[in-house]
Amino acid sequence: MSLFNVFNVAGSAMSAQGHRLNTVASNLANADSATSATGQPYRAKQVIFEAVEGAMPGASSVKVQQVVEDSAPPRTVYNPSHPQADEKGYVTMPNVNVVEEMVNMISATRSYQTNVETMNAAKTLLLKTLTIGQ
Amino acid sequence: MIGKLDQALGFHEAALRLRSERQQALASNIANADTPNFKARDFDFGQALQHAVGRSAGTPVAPAAGLALTAAGHQAGNGALTTAGAPSMLYRTGVQGGVDGNTVDMDVERNQFTDNALRYEASITLISAQIKSMLTAIQG
Repeated sequence: MSLFNVFNVAGSAMSAQGHRLNTVASNLANADSATSATGQPYRAKQVIFEAVEGAMPGASSVKVQQVVEDSAPPRTVYNPSHPQADEKGYVTMPNVNVVEEMVNMISATRSYQTNVETMNAAKTLLLKTLTIGQ
Repeated sequence: MIGKLDQALGFHEAALRLRSERQQALASNIANADTPNFKARDFDFGQALQHAVGRSAGTPVAPAAGLALTAAGHQAGNGALTTAGAPSMLYRTGVQGGVDGNTVDMDVERNQFTDNALRYEASITLISAQIKSMLTAIQG
């Protein structure tokens, strides 16, 4: 019954979007983390989605292929009193683009909602199927 | 008797099965709306239903195109696999493709998803009505 597979497909997308939302939260939370365990400023992380072909044709679920670090150059802020400041008084800050992350967050939320609706529709149809012959 | 029952309900069975497969394909498109280079896919429901009904009614189905053997090592394709399996998936022609190579148009997909769900429910209503009329014929 392929309708049951809708749960798998939509569920995989929800999990992937959840992962994306997690990275957005991490990026926003660390937007001002000038240092980390490695001593380097935090680098923004982005998820890469990948379509995974299922057993049935035409049903691809979503998988987070990898989480990459954003290659954007870090932000430099002039703050001579900061302990991380270099000899010229500049502090290297994370390369998190807050506007981009907010857009990312909205997009992830909307996609998540759409997949919840997909799942609900499949559930309604399956429940309706159970009433055949009643 | 069982054959007659199968004949009576076969059409709706095929329709429901294809509707649910289409629902799955559309769910897959919606799920991959943010996947780079994903191409939205769908199938022609009418054609698939004709194909399925033609098969269940026992009429010969046109054999699937055989694979051309152009070298000694090539193997002949199994035509039965394509005729008995799922409907052939087609790629949706995108109106405005994304910059990341994704061709999922959310409006089209959701529109088709709702439409397909409604038609699925319509099929169920029809099949229920058919069962009711059969019951009436039995019970009088």
